[in-house]
Amino acid sequence: MFQNIGEMVLLFWRTLAALPLAWRQRQKVFDQFYEIGNASLLMVCLLSFFIGGVIALHIGPVMVERGLASAVGGLVGIAMCKELAPVMMSILIAGRIGSAMTAEIGSMRVYQEIDALRTMNIDPVHYLVLPRMVAIAVALPLLVIFAILVGWLGGAVVSAANDRIDIGFRAFFMNLRDVVDIPDVANGVFKAFCFSLVIGIVSCHQGLVTLGGPRGIGRSVTKAVVNSIVLIVLLDYILTRLLLS
Amino acid sequence: MKDHRDNTGGVSVEVRSLRKSFNGQEVLKGIDFSVRRGEIFVIMGPSGSGKSVLLRHIIGLEQPDSGEILIQGESMQSSGVMDKHRMALVFQSGALLSSLTVGENVGLYLSEHRLHPPEEIRRIVIEKLESVGLKGTEDKMPSELSGGMKKRVAIARALVIEPQLILYDEPTSELDPLSAVVIAEEILELNRRIGVTSLVVSHDRDLAFGVADRIAVIHEGRIVAMGEPGEVEQNPDPVVRRFLRADFKRPNER
Repeated sequence: MFQNIGEMVLLFWRTLAALPLAWRQRQKVFDQFYEIGNASLLMVCLLSFFIGGVIALHIGPVMVERGLASAVGGLVGIAMCKELAPVMMSILIAGRIGSAMTAEIGSMRVYQEIDALRTMNIDPVHYLVLPRMVAIAVALPLLVIFAILVGWLGGAVVSAANDRIDIGFRAFFMNLRDVVDIPDVANGVFKAFCFSLVIGIVSCHQGLVTLGGPRGIGRSVTKAVVNSIVLIVLLDYILTRLLLS
Repeated sequence: MKDHRDNTGGVSVEVRSLRKSFNGQEVLKGIDFSVRRGEIFVIMGPSGSGKSVLLRHIIGLEQPDSGEILIQGESMQSSGVMDKHRMALVFQSGALLSSLTVGENVGLYLSEHRLHPPEEIRRIVIEKLESVGLKGTEDKMPSELSGGMKKRVAIARALVIEPQLILYDEPTSELDPLSAVVIAEEILELNRRIGVTSLVVSHDRDLAFGVADRIAVIHEGRIVAMGEPGEVEQNPDPVVRRFLRADFKRPNER
């Protein structure tokens, strides 16, 4: 485990050091960015709409019964932007994009394509890791902004449509605007940025250390997704503590 | 050595007391040999004898536990040797990048190192593919090619580097006899045309005796015979004789 952590830190450092080369790799960054957005945008919208709706469904009736109907919008707003959108979307991206990164790099490793790059004096960190890291670090925060907005919309629709809550669109968003501030949204976007680095490094590292044949690739993909999710949840607690203080 | 090779762009290779273990099992047990500039040197031996591991050491994909490899007199361990001397490895599987087209694979070295503008790279790619008999395949994906074609693309990719040393890992394995002959001719032709030093790892006796200037036979991590093809063929060592004369007999002929 400690060897893995050490290797990941080293990989992250080497990727950071290669950052000035990102412009040269812009076509690959754009391809990866398109891949992430194209593969995930619909899923992100669907997931965040219903997460926002479910939160409203849970807290709405309770708040309304206690005469706190005006606070529903703010609560959904805060829950969505500070916690649910960044964490849930990062978990979604770890499963959908992180796994694909590991599988692709892992199969390149198993079928000696990475060795072939090395013999051509092409650094796999520059060629494979850097574009993926840059793309995910830009795409995930953008997807989370999208998820926050769609989640709010989901909360508002459910609050308006559900008889037990019955809070109009206008009232929902008025309260949301009172409670949620730009730093709250920035808080969630910052978390998403940190999670994107975790997903990128864990997934690329697992791909690069893949051994064996197809079974090895499968094992690496599982490890990458599980490790990413565990680290996202751990880091979420640490970041929340730090950002609260 | 033939005279026409004396002033080639090839490099010499010297392997000294090379040892390597994996998980406590010693795969290379002190390998010593040297390859002259512009020579075709074939390393033969049964599967699992350490041939491919040896090749991976020479191109710098593995680090030895002890011993050293000298390229044109310079140790592989010293920095910048890979940059100074152009070397290429033709992998047994071809190891073409499956997500790139044939043309992108062949031109990868040039495009990644930004050695030429894109139009020039395309011209070079077409020229190199033509030189290995694969004209018009540049827009195909590797998955659309046969095993023999993949190997020839891998050779074209190696040629783009304008190598001074080409390493071939089992170049004729999994190929039909006709494709194997084409690859063998390719190795000879390249050696003649650009004077590159060629180090071929193979257990194909026809290929080895057909193209080699010198042959080394490796067995269980040690070199057991080395010399010109005729000398190796006459070698009295039972291990060498068994390997070189291995023949299939029908049960009723035994």
